[in-house]
Amino acid sequence: MSRQKANAEGKSPSRISAAARSLAVPLLAVVTALIIGALLIIVTDETVLAAFGRGIGSGLVQAWRIISKAYGAFFFGAFGDLYHITETLRIATPYIFAGLAVALGFQGGLFNIGAEGQYFIGGLTSVYVGYSLTGLPWFVHLPLALLAGAVGGALWAGIVGVLKAKTGAHEVINTIMMNYVAYRLAEFMLDVGGPMARPGYRPVSPEVQPSAYLPQFFPSDSTIRFNAGFFIALAFAVLVWWLLYKTTLGYEIRTVGQNPHAARYAGINVPRTIIITMALSGALAGLAAPMDILGVIHFMPNAFSSGYGFDAIALALLGNSHPLGVVLASLLFGALRSGASNMQGIAQIPIDITSILQGLIIVFIAAPAIVRAIYRIRGLEQGEELVLTRGWGQM
Amino acid sequence: MRKNLWMLVSLLLVVSVMFTGCGDAGDTGGEETVASVGMVTDMGGIDDKSFNATAWKGVELAIEELNVSGSYLESQQQTDYATNITQYIKQDTDLIVTVGFLLADDTAAMAAENPDVNFAIVDFGSLGDNVRGLTFSTDQAGFMAGYVAAAATKTGKVATFGGINIPTVAIFMVGFEAGVDYYNAQNGASVEVLGWNTAENNGVFVGNFESTDDGRRVAEEFMAEGADVVMPVAGPVGLGSAQAVQEAGNAWIIGVDTDWTVSASQYKDVVLTSVLKNMDVAVFDTIKQVIDPNFAGFGGENYVGTLENDGVGIAPVASGAVADAVLKDLETIKASIIAGEIDTGWDTYLAGLE
Repeated sequence: MSRQKANAEGKSPSRISAAARSLAVPLLAVVTALIIGALLIIVTDETVLAAFGRGIGSGLVQAWRIISKAYGAFFFGAFGDLYHITETLRIATPYIFAGLAVALGFQGGLFNIGAEGQYFIGGLTSVYVGYSLTGLPWFVHLPLALLAGAVGGALWAGIVGVLKAKTGAHEVINTIMMNYVAYRLAEFMLDVGGPMARPGYRPVSPEVQPSAYLPQFFPSDSTIRFNAGFFIALAFAVLVWWLLYKTTLGYEIRTVGQNPHAARYAGINVPRTIIITMALSGALAGLAAPMDILGVIHFMPNAFSSGYGFDAIALALLGNSHPLGVVLASLLFGALRSGASNMQGIAQIPIDITSILQGLIIVFIAAPAIVRAIYRIRGLEQGEELVLTRGWGQM
Repeated sequence: MRKNLWMLVSLLLVVSVMFTGCGDAGDTGGEETVASVGMVTDMGGIDDKSFNATAWKGVELAIEELNVSGSYLESQQQTDYATNITQYIKQDTDLIVTVGFLLADDTAAMAAENPDVNFAIVDFGSLGDNVRGLTFSTDQAGFMAGYVAAAATKTGKVATFGGINIPTVAIFMVGFEAGVDYYNAQNGASVEVLGWNTAENNGVFVGNFESTDDGRRVAEEFMAEGADVVMPVAGPVGLGSAQAVQEAGNAWIIGVDTDWTVSASQYKDVVLTSVLKNMDVAVFDTIKQVIDPNFAGFGGENYVGTLENDGVGIAPVASGAVADAVLKDLETIKASIIAGEIDTGWDTYLAGLE
């Protein structure tokens, strides 16, 4: 211990506090990813290569022009005007739910890889309530449809929780397997002629009743699809924070996550906590789907594959499994996607750049040593780092 | 001092990009052309070697030959369709081409709200006065492919499978089965079709249009059951089948949408033929209409690609795969289908769905 302390004191004293330094890594990860993204855009652009053929100078000028056009469009697409800001927030909405789902699992020591499947089931249950019930006022119908999504996701994940608690079957394997069951179930329900398919030739569900729509904030402009879902998502982030840090249940969840043996010794009912954690995680993932279904497209297509459930793992990692971190990470992903969409339109940069940027950011965050080495930042000291999960090999 | 150099440089870079960039944001480029065309893909992406790629080929041809400007926007999620269509509307695009039935709802809504914008949707009927539906009688081409497959098989078993059981996929398989049946009736053969049954509206579907692993697995199963011709109707999934067939070495693959000896040329030694769905022809034809000075709106009409107008067809059959007499038969069959003398079974199938 003393050697470590001496070591820390031996380095040049930094005025940046530990908290700022823990924020610096994610921030610099984003910056670094953008720089590498810029290099990728340059080397894949034919006009830049041609300009370099005419000389280094004109090559650099052309490279600068392409980059400034692309990233100009990117930043405009993320924050440029009301439409794009609301798009960023709208895209972030399901991310927040999915990210909270995985983060809650992490806190409880559970690796929920099945958010994608829970998302599908939540979509099915929510859209069913959304289109099949008629004649209800919106303040009954909308909450019911949302609740249906949460219940669907909770049950789906709850199965895995029960299996883990009762038999020790590992949740990683089971959530992945449940994903496939969910995809196929959705396919069966929504295929042409399926029980939940719209009459006709398309594998999509019927339209949701307007009484179950999430209210729009700008009903006069139909291109702006920003809706109440975003604030519901924020409310749930607060709720999850409160649950985790202000309630007994949350304390139990975190204790089981840190060390199930100690938790059992302390008198916590570990199997019960695992089932509850999994079900709550599933409920949050299940709520991600209605954000798009009730808020934006108003039906559920068979090909609903979204990747939210898998991006959610990255979001939870990025946000350090803390609700506030997840919200910030979701806003970042929303901005990335909204920006990339505009960048594609204005500068013809392939939309796949978002996946590359997301991937790079995650790599840099998962391996903070890289970012610290590049920018010469001092590492966090022992004990400051957050344990994300101890999901493997327990019970 | 070096410590913070990197941080400083990168910060400067980002900040300056942000500032210089904003001025350019409105610049869309592409002057001096007679019209602008925007294409919105579905989630398969632009280089799916099928669907989106073929439709884009039509736009590219128009850029070359008709002096129009064109671009595409790829969609990653269901909610991106409206975003992308909106982008084109904001850019005052003259013709917006949407690819696939998944975009039908958004296309219909946007078309209704913007009656002055021209739309065309691939694989879907017209959705309003200002929308041209681009549909294809692929059953006709599938019929010919079925005939070739039945003639080429040595095991007496041919197979087909689909991505998802929707009419635009099933239409290939219905035609294929009818073509095999026709061969049997004409030549007293008894070639069997695995993976699809029109009468029962039932067959093998992998459930997606992405997984090449699924394509490989299904093809291997079919070959294990004795089939030596496989027609995958599932976009890129079929490339996995082609690979499995190539590794087996004693079977054929039938390409769909495009000529696979060109678009998937690494498998060309095992491509028996391809069922061509010339979406590029349809898109090009639509662009040509729109730039015509006398153009007065689509009036809600549909384009239907047939053997007659070369909207559908089959690619040249691999040399030596079938006897010359079969190739002659194909000419006769094509003429008979165009003349309406051969029934591909599609209308009956469609009526059965309702």
